Amino acid sequence: MADLTRDDVAHLASLARIDLSDAELDTMVGELASIISSVAAVQQAPIDGVEPMSHPMPIVNVTRPDEVRASLTPEAALAMAPASEIERFAVPRILTED
Amino acid sequence: MATTTTDDVLGYDEALTTFDPVMGLEVHVELGTRTKMFCGCATEFGAEPNTQVCPVCLGLPGALPVVNEIGVESAIRMGLALNCSIAQWCRFARKNYFYPDMPKNFQTSQYDEPIAFDGYLDVEIPAATGEGTEIFRVEIERAHMEEDTGKSLHVGGATGRIQGAEYSLVDFNRAGIPLIEIVTRPIAGAGERAPEVAKAFVGALRDLLRSLEVSDLKMEQGSMRCDVNLSLRAKAGDDPTSPEQLAVPLGTRSETKNVNSLRSVERAVRYEVCRHAAVLTSGGSVLQETRHWHEDTGVTTSGREKSDADDYRYFPEPDLVPVAPSREWVEELRSALPEPPALRRKRLLGEWGFSGLEMRDVINAGAIELIEATVAAGAKAQSARKWWLAEPSRRANTEGVDLATYAEQVGITPEHVAELESLIVAGRLNDKMARQVLEGVLDGEGAPTVVADARGLELVQDDGALEAAVDTVIAANPDVADKIRGGKVQAAGALIGQVMKEMKGQADADKARAIILTKLGVEG
Ligand SMILES: [Zn+2]
Repeated sequence: MADLTRDDVAHLASLARIDLSDAELDTMVGELASIISSVAAVQQAPIDGVEPMSHPMPIVNVTRPDEVRASLTPEAALAMAPASEIERFAVPRILTED
Repeated sequence: MATTTTDDVLGYDEALTTFDPVMGLEVHVELGTRTKMFCGCATEFGAEPNTQVCPVCLGLPGALPVVNEIGVESAIRMGLALNCSIAQWCRFARKNYFYPDMPKNFQTSQYDEPIAFDGYLDVEIPAATGEGTEIFRVEIERAHMEEDTGKSLHVGGATGRIQGAEYSLVDFNRAGIPLIEIVTRPIAGAGERAPEVAKAFVGALRDLLRSLEVSDLKMEQGSMRCDVNLSLRAKAGDDPTSPEQLAVPLGTRSETKNVNSLRSVERAVRYEVCRHAAVLTSGGSVLQETRHWHEDTGVTTSGREKSDADDYRYFPEPDLVPVAPSREWVEELRSALPEPPALRRKRLLGEWGFSGLEMRDVINAGAIELIEATVAAGAKAQSARKWWLAEPSRRANTEGVDLATYAEQVGITPEHVAELESLIVAGRLNDKMARQVLEGVLDGEGAPTVVADARGLELVQDDGALEAAVDTVIAANPDVADKIRGGKVQAAGALIGQVMKEMKGQADADKARAIILTKLGVEG
């Protein structure tokens, strides 16, 4: 596979909303590249004639009836948040409008 | 964010002399299930913030989603009603993006394996000739299952919208509510009628889904939301359906988000045609971008350009097993589908005996269901049509909402209209009084009988008073009276008008006429 570039890592960081300094980017390019090359060993597995698998169990159609179950209390839900206000989760401002 | 725009627009007719519009519509429908798509949290609209949340819909580590069986069933029924094929086997996928309204940092959706695909919906639009209607087929690419996001409140900014906000407050009650996204194939060949086709499609889709009872489909509350994609290409002759025209490559499209009324769908398409045309004729190129629709000013403004952020890195959702609806189940659901609204309309209109013109007015006003319910409540079809298409329809237009929505807003029901009609039949009200009563009902004064009582509207039943008024008018108009005696019966109209005036409008005109003719010795 193609080598991981600095631009690739910067792109991934921006998708993940992680701020990386130039120095961190340089470090990450090296570290991620070595992780990927280790994992790339799976590409050597012989897969001719093997159907892609999306789930380890050969089961389909696991559903539940449309019946209401108890939710968390708002206090319990909000207790896990770093900040909350008027019964809502307070989150950092969103930079771009969508 | 300002709702004004500096975008140039070309006149619609002028734009259509050079360009051919192509549309794509994406409609999100929130299902009316009792619980969310992947957890048992309730879905009640308007509940207190964060009272309908759990580890699954908050995306807490280790929480495992399980699919709502009614969510799947509804999706299949919708697909079947849209003439789609139903997947033998399909999976959910994670659509990865970071946004505070989606606590898992991905939306559970479907990617290349939608539950339903390759369908169509035939929509009725006014014929190009201006006479009657014709069918326009909109092809459906897919309908897939996904989940809604939370709702954000933006605090601290100068504008109240997202930009400039210091922070956001999120309510996750809506996160995880089942959504079905219906995506059309590019809609070409509509030519100048593209805005009408878009509106007719969304309207027909809403009627169809309403008949399935899968959602409350309230566009104002966001349980049905429409995104409008539009592009222009060079016009190749006068026939938008010609092979030459259809062979012209598509232009760059814009995607206008959250267009939330039928009327807005039509307006947004029209506006984007005019805006694209201005860009293209001035030698510019259309940006592939998201646009925001502004209901108040009737324009779109630039949202953001398509960018890296749209790299969603879809992959199969490992926490959910595939959905593989058995063919027996699918056929069972197909055979239990209700009569399609288009056929039902045809049947009803036949039963009601409306003329072609009346029928078109009824369809345009979106009054079919209301008339049907009014007839069921005991009124004659023609009376039901007449009253719904009068003041209620006029006011709905002024408000910019469809008739059913307006009726719900002001609280007028089919039973009210049937009651109004019964007051006329019983001889308590004449037409003119009935109109006043109807206005009272629309103004929230109560049911027709209550309004008539409160406003003191009642035909004078006392024939003595009416006869006295007729005598007075005949005495005051000897010339006219002689003409009538001489056989000019139509001259009675002038006297009836005066009698009604004498009676301050509270008389039955037919009865006044009969008394005048009798007194003058003429047979009506
Ligand atoms: Zn939940």
